[in-house]
Amino acid sequence: MPNFETVTVETDLLIIGGGMSACGATFEAAYWAKKHGLKVTVVDKAAMDRSGAVAMGLSAINQYIGWAAGDNTLEDYVKYVRQDLMGISREDLVYDIARHVDSSVHLFEKWGLPIWKDDNGKYVHEGRWQVMINGESFKVIVAEAAKNALASLGDNGRLFERVFIVEPLMDGDRVAGAVGFSVRENKFYVFKAKATMACMGGAVNVFRPRSVGEGLGRAWYPPWNAGSTAYFTIKAGAEMTCQEVRFIPIRFKDGYGPVGAWFLLFKARATNALGEEYMVTRADELTKWAPYGLAKPIPANLRNWLGMEDIMAGKGPLYIRTEEAIANLAAQYKDDPKAFKKKMKELESEAWEDFLDMTISQSLLWAGMNIQPEEKSSEIAAAEPYFIGSHSGASGAWVCGPSDVMPDEYKKHWEQIGLYNHMTTVKGLFTAGDGSGASSHKFSSGSHAEGRIAAKGAIAFILENNTMPNVETAKVEEMKKTILAPMDLYEQNVKYSSDPEVNPAYIKPKMFMFRLQKIMDEYVGGVSAQFTTNRALLERGLELLGMLKEDSAKLAAADLHELLRAWENTHRLWIAESHLRHVLFREETRWPGYCFRADYPDMDEPNWKCFVNSVYDPNTDNWTIKKVPVVNLPV
Amino acid sequence: MPSYVILEKCDGCKGQDKTACMHICPNDLMVLDKEKMKGYNRATDMCWECYNCVKICPQQAIDVRPYADFVPMGASVVPLRGSQDIMWTVKFRNGQVKRFKFPIRTTQEGKVEPLAGFETGSDDLKSQVLCTEPASLGASAIPTLK
Ligand SMILES: Cc1cc2nc3c(=O)[nH]c(=O)nc-3n(C[C@H](O)[C@H](O)[C@H](O)COP(=O)(O)OP(=O)(O)OC[C@H]3O[C@@H](n4cnc5c(N)ncnc54)[C@H](O)[C@@H]3O)c2cc1C
Ligand code: SF4
Ligand code: SF4
Repeated sequence: MPNFETVTVETDLLIIGGGMSACGATFEAAYWAKKHGLKVTVVDKAAMDRSGAVAMGLSAINQYIGWAAGDNTLEDYVKYVRQDLMGISREDLVYDIARHVDSSVHLFEKWGLPIWKDDNGKYVHEGRWQVMINGESFKVIVAEAAKNALASLGDNGRLFERVFIVEPLMDGDRVAGAVGFSVRENKFYVFKAKATMACMGGAVNVFRPRSVGEGLGRAWYPPWNAGSTAYFTIKAGAEMTCQEVRFIPIRFKDGYGPVGAWFLLFKARATNALGEEYMVTRADELTKWAPYGLAKPIPANLRNWLGMEDIMAGKGPLYIRTEEAIANLAAQYKDDPKAFKKKMKELESEAWEDFLDMTISQSLLWAGMNIQPEEKSSEIAAAEPYFIGSHSGASGAWVCGPSDVMPDEYKKHWEQIGLYNHMTTVKGLFTAGDGSGASSHKFSSGSHAEGRIAAKGAIAFILENNTMPNVETAKVEEMKKTILAPMDLYEQNVKYSSDPEVNPAYIKPKMFMFRLQKIMDEYVGGVSAQFTTNRALLERGLELLGMLKEDSAKLAAADLHELLRAWENTHRLWIAESHLRHVLFREETRWPGYCFRADYPDMDEPNWKCFVNSVYDPNTDNWTIKKVPVVNLPV
Repeated sequence: MPSYVILEKCDGCKGQDKTACMHICPNDLMVLDKEKMKGYNRATDMCWECYNCVKICPQQAIDVRPYADFVPMGASVVPLRGSQDIMWTVKFRNGQVKRFKFPIRTTQEGKVEPLAGFETGSDDLKSQVLCTEPASLGASAIPTLK
């Protein structure tokens, strides 16, 4: 095996990831670090300009409150998230993000993001909380601000791109940094830090995707986020919450183009093949999920559920009636042919921009099928399950809230280790965006704001715990050996067989991923199981995952790129196990359109209106799992 | 195939050790074949069709052939990204062509000033006030629960 140089970097704050939350964190941390003479180091597996879920761009900012202008209140946002997540959310976190999110949005605009304005200079809204943008370069702009802020620290601010973080470094019960490797040169990295932020996004390709040929990469969620945040926090021993709350979006079928603008801005209807509007014909079903089913807006997972029921009743495919929506919008101009033509042109351009800014594949699919949205409906379908705590899922770590808003019942969790905003239950370990659980609906803007909140918390921690944690050299050497092992295993065995992909001594990352996806799909309620599972299936799934976990020691890599894939898939395996354990523990069905427990088909408010939290103990290799009461804010 | 390189147009970024497409691909897919001096996508079934390699290639040598397992053949979508706008040419399977132009940013690349001229309201690390706040909120104070 080639010799890997070990590079050691010492810093005060380590920010892992380069997406929306990490960019927010970098921007905010730079300000406070400069004031206090601290070092900030940022590590991204890709190029920050185009990394993470916003790499392609976005066509809307999904969280904007407008509270200073009196458009909405923070309390209304808390109620909105409570309702959408069927009563289960950390309302203190939601409130905190909501009070800061407008600040991030106003900064985006100053930094150069074009936000649509109406004739009065107000933002054009897609829905109550969403604003429309020309967002092709959204990520480029936000990354530029973060990089310029980091550069203002001179030698105290450093950015490492193309370094994949594998594992947390620990000093007893305090996080001490992270280790990883470069995917460009034979270098093993050791980052030692006083505080560490895990901001590596959510996870995809844990469940088998609908498309398994070339289109395997076209999941709704980008294939490059592989559950690294969850892996990192779990392995550090942090308490996790809502790991059972996956997200399944309903999108334009196969291309996964966004439906938000069509439903909210263009007011399109969704119907089944018979032309029935399932939200109307199945409205009675909503009473079963009261009080959430009966309040407005109807939770995303229940909207999914009604559509899925139509599919199961053989009434598919489902359609989004684009032609009807455009005709309705244009109808008001029917007496003025010139204005009509202009309006149609405008709508056509807006419809295409929605895709071209954030899901270019969907434009290719429309063009390939000769679809003109003003003439023809498009199919919509439920995608496969993803983990994205910042969107309409809720998985992630259990983090400390703001001292002025966090209920006392939650404060108790941090009494021993100190109250720092967004610290996990592990000393010195912070997270945000997809990494922090039970605070859904933060999206791009809220993740940025949350990264800022967490960075400020981390700087406060550093100043009050201003010592470099101890890291044993022997331990680091052992980690290096384990992390590079897939390359050794490959080299030692590849000559044995006629095909480097088929060898009894090892498994390649791709087949490992397929094995994981098959287990999750068939046993844990993926697409082919119509998102349905039960105790027997879950227990069998856990058994199969156990053997896969054993086989993860046999992952082999021919080069650095495969080494990256090997560790991504180990990360996926751990988020999968954590998810399965949570689904198994919660003996009810609360989010039917995300996951249906056939053995507990109803929601059980008296027994299960609570969080499910779990902890993995790295010392004993044991999981503990428990209920934690939901404390509502007085709103 | 998702993204693919048009061999005739690619100049291997003139033999620099880091090609533009390699630099930008968020999924580490684009690589340079050092013998042929041509870039290529090493795992097309892991491609998101995010077009970042297409947009950045100085030779316009990268195109996308839509996923063959669900898209009927014959369509193309080609961007031309400038400093302020992006131009898209959408070609349909039936030959029809549509063009769209959208703004991408209002500031000059590289010139972003992080604090954006907002005053900072508190230097207290224990307060709830983030840098640039409350000014960047358009308010005079940060709200809290009543
Ligand atoms: C398809 C889609 C559409 C969306 N549409 C909208 C929308 O219209 N409006 C809106 O406001 N929001 C939208 N969102 C939500 C928004 O994109 C996310 O909320 C936000 O990006 C989450 O930020 P994050 O920092 O947690 O993760 P990300 O922004 O995804 O960043 C993750 C970062 O971690 C890095 N990373 C991952 N693993 C490692 C590792 N092991 N080592 C080092 N670095 C690593 C990645 O390279 C990346 O830089 C959408 C999301 C998706 C997926
Ligand atoms: S960026 Fe373009 S020219 Fe450069 S190597 Fe890639 S395909 Fe070739
Ligand atoms: S389209 Fe995106 S994911 Fe595919 S190779 Fe290009 S940069 Fe990578």
